[in-house]
Amino acid sequence: MFSAAMAAILVSMAMLLVRAVQGPTVFDRVLSVNSFGTKTVLLIAVLGFLSGRPAFLDLALVYALMNFISTIAVLKFSRFGRLGQGHSKLEGQPMAES
Amino acid sequence: MNNVLDLISWMCLLSGSFFALVSSLAVLRLPDFYNRVHGAGITDTVGAGLILLGLAFQAGFSLISFKLALVLVFMVLTGPTASHALAKAAYRLGLEPVVSHQKEDPTSAA
Repeated sequence: MFSAAMAAILVSMAMLLVRAVQGPTVFDRVLSVNSFGTKTVLLIAVLGFLSGRPAFLDLALVYALMNFISTIAVLKFSRFGRLGQGHSKLEGQPMAES
Repeated sequence: MNNVLDLISWMCLLSGSFFALVSSLAVLRLPDFYNRVHGAGITDTVGAGLILLGLAFQAGFSLISFKLALVLVFMVLTGPTASHALAKAAYRLGLEPVVSHQKEDPTSAA
């Protein structure tokens, strides 16, 4: 039933963690953490059905929102150097490795 | 009718989890960053869509399936947006895609 879907989601989360550790650039890590968050949303939804608690879907919705905002925040920080407004002196500098 | 709904829900869940596995395999094994972004986009749209659709068939027509539809709408809206923002940020900060350099013009003869 739902156990097969949950096992598949857990295996795919483990594979994403390997890429998060291994990825040569910072963008690989941001990508795998973003996908990990999406898989977490699916895991929460399936777990809610597995345990018979429909309230887990509210958690899934909130975590989907937080995942998106955190990805955009990390990207903004890596581009501008801070989370405030406007440009900073870091524009035009070479990409940060690792 | 119940058995048909169960069967459809099963098929959606299994194929959705198959696509989720394929997507994370692509993120793990593809050689370049931009290829991986393309592979990760599968989770947000097809993987999430099929899994949540399978769960909605289990729940019937109720508040639960409405919440599942909300989660799906939000992930379809924000998943490709985040992928685009990531690819654009990587390109702006200097990460070049790997292209193959061919020594001859491929349209010429032999």
